[in-house]
Amino acid sequence: MRPFALKCKVNGLAIEREIPSSRSLLDFIREDLGLKGTKEGCGEGECGACLVLLDGKAVNSCLMMAVQLHGKELVTIEGLKGRDGGLHALQKTFMEEGAVQCGFCTPGLIIASEALLRRKPDATLEDIKQELTGNLCRCTGYEKVLSAVEKARDNRNA
Amino acid sequence: MTVSRTETSMDAKDLKVVNKPVRKQDALGLACGEPVFADDQEFKGLLHAKLLWSPHAHARIKKIDVSAALKVPGVKAVLTYKDVPRVPHTTAGQGYPEPSPYDTYTLDSKVRYVGDRVAAVAAETPEAAQEAVSKIKVDYEVLPAVLDPFEAMKDGAPVIHDEPDSKNIPDARRNIAAKFDFEVKNGEWFKEADHVLEHSWSIPYLQHCALEPHTSIAYFDNFGRVVLRTSTQVPFHVRRIVAQALKLPVKKIRVIKPRIGGGFGSKQEVLEDIVAALALKTRRPVKLEYTRKETFVSSRTRHPAVCRMKAGVKNDGTITDAEMEITLNTGAYGSHALTVMMCSGSHTIPMYRVKNNIRFVGRSVYTNMPVAGAYRGYGATQGFFAWECLMDMLAESIGMDPVEFRRRNYIKLGEGSPVFKAMGEGREGVEQVITSTGLFEAIQKGMDEIKWAEKRAKYAKQSGPVRRGVGAACMMQGSGIPEVDMASATIKMNEDGSFNLLVGAADLGTGSDTILAQIAAEVLGVKTEDIVVTSSDTDVTPFDVGAYASSTTFISGGAAKKAAEKVRDMVLAVGAKILDKKPEALRLEGGKVVAADGASCALSEVANTSLYYYDQHQICATASHYGHTSPPPFQANFAEVEVDTGTGKVKVLDYVSCVDCGTAINPQLAEGQNDGAVVNGISHTLSEELEFSSNGTPLNASFRRYKILSAADTPPVRTFIIPTWEPAGPFGAKSVSEIGINGPLPAIANAIYAACGVRLFDAPFTPDRVLAAIKKAGKR
Ligand code: FES
Ligand code: FES
Repeated sequence: MRPFALKCKVNGLAIEREIPSSRSLLDFIREDLGLKGTKEGCGEGECGACLVLLDGKAVNSCLMMAVQLHGKELVTIEGLKGRDGGLHALQKTFMEEGAVQCGFCTPGLIIASEALLRRKPDATLEDIKQELTGNLCRCTGYEKVLSAVEKARDNRNA
Repeated sequence: MTVSRTETSMDAKDLKVVNKPVRKQDALGLACGEPVFADDQEFKGLLHAKLLWSPHAHARIKKIDVSAALKVPGVKAVLTYKDVPRVPHTTAGQGYPEPSPYDTYTLDSKVRYVGDRVAAVAAETPEAAQEAVSKIKVDYEVLPAVLDPFEAMKDGAPVIHDEPDSKNIPDARRNIAAKFDFEVKNGEWFKEADHVLEHSWSIPYLQHCALEPHTSIAYFDNFGRVVLRTSTQVPFHVRRIVAQALKLPVKKIRVIKPRIGGGFGSKQEVLEDIVAALALKTRRPVKLEYTRKETFVSSRTRHPAVCRMKAGVKNDGTITDAEMEITLNTGAYGSHALTVMMCSGSHTIPMYRVKNNIRFVGRSVYTNMPVAGAYRGYGATQGFFAWECLMDMLAESIGMDPVEFRRRNYIKLGEGSPVFKAMGEGREGVEQVITSTGLFEAIQKGMDEIKWAEKRAKYAKQSGPVRRGVGAACMMQGSGIPEVDMASATIKMNEDGSFNLLVGAADLGTGSDTILAQIAAEVLGVKTEDIVVTSSDTDVTPFDVGAYASSTTFISGGAAKKAAEKVRDMVLAVGAKILDKKPEALRLEGGKVVAADGASCALSEVANTSLYYYDQHQICATASHYGHTSPPPFQANFAEVEVDTGTGKVKVLDYVSCVDCGTAINPQLAEGQNDGAVVNGISHTLSEELEFSSNGTPLNASFRRYKILSAADTPPVRTFIIPTWEPAGPFGAKSVSEIGINGPLPAIANAIYAACGVRLFDAPFTPDRVLAAIKKAGKR
C-alpha cells in the first residue's frame, strides 16, 4: 500500500507525515505522535476515552482513519489551554470538584465538555448529560463530573 | 454549585489536614493527559502479545500445531502448554497461602471455558501477532460441558478439574471449589417464630468494566531481571505468583504499578504470567493489552449467585432464626471461590441480631463458564440482596415499618456476632464487637432526605399505571481482613523539610496516595503537598497486600500513621538539640518544630542538620500495620422509584446513601468513592447482565450490548457522610470503597415492591422481567 502524505495541524503545530493509509487516527495520535493522553477504552466507539477535537468537534479517534485528518486541525487533551495559556478551565474544575478518580476517562470527558461549551456556552445540566452519554466513567458515578462541567461553564460565563 | 455534603465530627475538629477535601495528588497529571498509565510509555523493540482463546467450553487439546504461526513475518514466539512450566497455582491476588484452590496453569492441555487460554504469541506488530494466532491449528477433543452450578454438583456431571496435580479443591468430583457450613443452635429451629419466610435471590454474570483494559508490559532490567509494568491492584502478589507460576526466584522479578485506570477487583487477579513467559522466551519487551471483549470474557467477573434465605420473626419484631444457603458459580477456576462465599455471609448475617439459630451453607461451584473473581462488594453484594429484601418481607409480615424493623434489630455499639469468629477468610475469623457506628444517624438522615414517612403514606394510595415507591436497605462491610492483611510504609525526610512516603498500597484511582499523604502530613505538621508519595514498586516500596477488602485507608493508613509518628520522634530529637529543649516539650506544626515558649526551627533546618552537620543520619522510618479487627462501615440507603406497570420500566427518581466510614480522611474523595460504588450498583440493578449462548459463548461482550449507566441515565445520587470515630482506625477512619455497591439491588427492589406490590428476586430488573413479574402477580 502506498503511504499517504498527511498534512494537518495538531495542537497548533503544522505537521507533515507519511503514514500508511490504514492507520487509525487513535494509533496515529498515540503511537506516531506519542501523545498518550488520548486513551483506548474499547476501540469500538462506545466509551469516549479516545475523544479528540477535529476542527472543534469531538470525534471518537478509534473509529476514524488518520487520513481523515488531512487538511484539518486536531486538538488533543495535551493541546487544551486556558485563556492565560495555563490550565484549561475544565481541567481546573475537574480537579477542584473531585471529578478525577482513576482519570482514564478524564481526557475524553474534558474534550466532550469542551466541544459542548464551545458550541453552546450556556449549556444546561440536561445538555451536559446528553453530550456526555458517549463517555463512560465507572469510577465517579458522574455526579462530580457534572458539577465540574457546570462550574467551568459558569466560570467561563462570569 | 456544589454544597459540601459533609459535616465535621466533634473528634475531628482539631485536625488540620485530615478530614479536609485536599486536592487529589495525581489529579493534575491525569487531567492533562500525562503519560502515566501502563501503556503510556514507549519501549524500544516492543513486541505485541495476542492470545488464542478457546472456542469450546470444555475440551482437551489433542494436537496443537504452531508451525504456520511461526512462519508469519514478525512473529518471535508462540507458546503452548508444552513450552511453559506446569505449576498449579491460583490467579487470586491474595495473601499467602492463598485460600483459593491451586487449579490454574499458565497454559494447559485442557480448556475449561469459552475464552480460556490456549496459546500465546509475541510479534513485532499487533497485526502479525493476530495473524499468527489465527494460524495456530488445534485439534480439540470436545468434552461435555456444564454451565449451571446446580447441574455441576450432580452425580455424573462432567468433572472440570480432573487433573491429578491441582491442589486444595475440596470436592473435584462434584465440581466443588469451596464449601463451608456453619450453625449456631440455641434451640429448635423456628420454634419461637410467628412467621417464617423463605425465598431465593439471584445475581447474573457481571463485569467490572474498568475503563482501562488489563495491560501489562514485561521487559528486562540491566541485571536481566523481569520487570512488569502492569495495571494491578496487588503488585506484591503479582511478584509472588508470577515467580511461582514460572518457577523464578522472587528476586528476579520487579513489579511496577503505574497509575491504574480503575480496577474494582478485576485487577486483583494475577494474569501477568503469560506476558512474562513471552518476554523470557524472546528476551524482548512484550506488551499484552486485553481488548474490551477479552476484558469481558477472559479477565474476571462477579460470582453469579443464587442465595436462598429463610428467617423467622416474632410479632414483636424479634428475628428468631436465620438461614442462608448460597451457591456461587466460580466458573472454570476457583479464584476467590472460598473468600467471596465467606463474605457473602460474614459481612451480612451479623447485620441483624438473630435470637436463636443461625445457619450458613455455602458452595462455590466450578462450571465451564468465565472465571469469577474479586469484585467490589465481594459476596456482600450477593448476600445483602437476599437479606435486605427478606428483611422487608419480614417487616411486612408483622405489619411493621421496614425501617423501624431494621432499627430494632441492627447490630449496635458494643455488640458482636458469633459469625465474626466462625467465618474467616481461609483461616478462622476474629471475634469482634462494634466499636463505632453511625447507623442510627445515617438512617435518620436518609429518612429526612428521602421524606420517608411522608412518601410512604402518600404512595400507599395510588392508582393508574405509573406508580411510585420508596424503599430502604442497610449495609455493613469490613475494613481489611483482620490478622491477615498487612501494610507498611516508609517515610524519609528531605533537605527542604519535605518527605517521601513510600507505600506498597496500590492507588487504582481511588485517591489512596492522597489520603495516605494526608495522614502522614497530619502527624508531621506539614501540608499534603510536602509529602511526595510513591506507590508502588516492589523494588522500592515496602510490602503491602494491595488494594482490596476495603483495607487501604484502615490498614495502609495505619502503617502511614505509625511511620509518620516514628519520623516525628526523630525530627523532634534533632529539633530538641537545635532549640536546646527537651523533645517532650516540642511539637510539629506548620512546617516547624515548635516549643511551648514560641521558639521554633524550620523542618528544613532539622533536615540539613541531620544530613550535613551534626550527628549525621537520614531521618527515615518504616512501620507496618495489620488489623486485629475489621471495623465495619455502615450505610443506610433509600431509593425512590417510579414503575410503569404498562411497560415494566423502572426509573430511579432519587437515591440517598448515608455512609458511616468513621472519619472521612478526605471527604471529597470519600463521597466520590461512594457515588461511584452506588452508581455501579444501580447499573447492576437496572441493566447489567453478561449473556451466554447454550454452549457457553458470551453474547454481549461489548459496551454496546452490555449496558453500563452513562451520565444521561444515571439518576440523582446523593451521598451523605455520617461522621463517627473508629478507635482502631487512623484518625478514626474506617473503610468506604466497597459498601456503596451493595445497596441499590435491595433498596430498589424494596422500592419497586412499595410502588406496585411486586417483588423482584432476579437481577437485573429489566422492563421485561419487571413486566413478567407484574403479570404473574396479577398486579395490572
Ligand atoms: S476507545 Fe474509542 S470510544 Fe472507546
Ligand atoms: S475516573 Fe475512572 S473511569 Fe472515570
